[in-house]
Amino acid sequence: MILINCPYCGERDQSEFSNGGEAHVARPENSENLNDKDWGRYVFYRDNPKGIFYERWVHTHGCRKWFNAVRNTSTDEILKIYKLDENPPSKESFTNTLKTPSGEPKVGSGNFTVKK
Amino acid sequence: MWKSPEPKKTYDVIIVGGGGHGLGTAYYLAKEHGIKNIAVIEKGWLGSGNTGRNTTIIRSNYLWNESAFLYDHSVKLWENLSQELNYNMMFSQRGVMNLAHNEHDIKEMKRRISANRLNGLDTQWLETKEIKRLVPIMNTDNLRYPVLGAAYQPRGGVARHDAIAWGFAMRADEMGVDIIQNCEVHSIKTKNGKVEGVKTSKGLINAKKIAVVASGHTSVLAKTAGVRLPLQSRPLQALVSEPIKPVINTVVMSNAVHAYVSQSDKGELVIGAGTDGYNSFTQRGGYDVIEETVRAIVELYPIFGKMKMLRQWGGIVDICPDASPIISKCEVKGLYFNCGWGTGGFKATPGSANVFAHTVANDEPHRINAPFNLERFSDGRLIDEHGAAAVAH
Repeated sequence: MILINCPYCGERDQSEFSNGGEAHVARPENSENLNDKDWGRYVFYRDNPKGIFYERWVHTHGCRKWFNAVRNTSTDEILKIYKLDENPPSKESFTNTLKTPSGEPKVGSGNFTVKK
Repeated sequence: MWKSPEPKKTYDVIIVGGGGHGLGTAYYLAKEHGIKNIAVIEKGWLGSGNTGRNTTIIRSNYLWNESAFLYDHSVKLWENLSQELNYNMMFSQRGVMNLAHNEHDIKEMKRRISANRLNGLDTQWLETKEIKRLVPIMNTDNLRYPVLGAAYQPRGGVARHDAIAWGFAMRADEMGVDIIQNCEVHSIKTKNGKVEGVKTSKGLINAKKIAVVASGHTSVLAKTAGVRLPLQSRPLQALVSEPIKPVINTVVMSNAVHAYVSQSDKGELVIGAGTDGYNSFTQRGGYDVIEETVRAIVELYPIFGKMKMLRQWGGIVDICPDASPIISKCEVKGLYFNCGWGTGGFKATPGSANVFAHTVANDEPHRINAPFNLERFSDGRLIDEHGAAAVAH
């Protein structure tokens, strides 16, 4: 269970929110000139990192406003929440808690936040 | 059971992921394609990922021809697998029922049944009174979404999930496959667009071909080889109850209310939910998802109202935009992926392994898995199975 701090309403249960997938995906400017491969990349391909992930949420059962979040997908820790008109925080501003290159936390997947 | 060798310096094929699909791939490569210099590398113990975390449902009632051929290839292999591997799969063809709760469900399911019958699958429509006869404990009319009928596949059923991993592992091991457990693949090493080997927690291991069958972590590994896959990893939860005497002798799934249930041979109810609505690798999931599932289960089966649940867990499933898998080569030579099974990979284990072994051995897809390529995400030949997937993606 995640608690999400909506920038407009405050901390609420995650079940009030809907996830909007990867944030900051820009629609290609020259879409009429794109080939099928590049268009397919834009439509179907999204980042799926284990670790720091920039994503969108909407407070569906609340203020219905969209906002962005940075979450560690290996622990579900929300590291930062910012509004749509704010600049995304740099990736370097978060310490990487992943112990191995494939991103398995030292104490085993999923136990990180529990043990803390 | 199987040996635990130290890894050799080099192999013909390295399979990343020691679940059912990976071990099956090793088995079929050795048995049908004569490739025996194989290593299966698993970061935990065999079947510790989604092979050990699913609800063991097997069926093939998928809408499109491509999927029907793939999944029924698998069901047919399941039917003889205990004999072939000389190991009891506890494969029980007790039937799988998909409930319809509204007009749209009825239309969608009847369409799917018609498509299935054209493809030679044994799906049929059940009226509510026939459902009541098969599952007397079901509440069909006094609930928010009444049960209006069901699509039923008698050849569907359940099997023992560990057995398929262990069965494939034993027979592959006998044919000389190295099964390396507790060894984590950190990255895939490539050179000039060709694979060289894998960097693991036991050092670098070279290989001519690398087959990645790592479910939720496939896209993480693919990235180390510079390959991007259209996958999103999400938790999928399941739970089991305390054991009770036999009350339900088939598998009942419901797409609309997000709950499916069967009873294990030990008497536990095995209950599955939809995926959690966000990307995560935590193998845990949120409480609200199982709450919704349990609410639906109790409404459908009022006699389960006071039962206690024993365990709950999550597995990380890799989901494709069209809810169909990817069994394909990629732009890196010698690198193969079998992934994107989303919420329904267990049923496909032997079929997927069989056609994937063909793909790896010949560097060409089997005709059954040819449509499940990566090119479909640019040429638009998607295989949209969101309806037949039966679980919310």
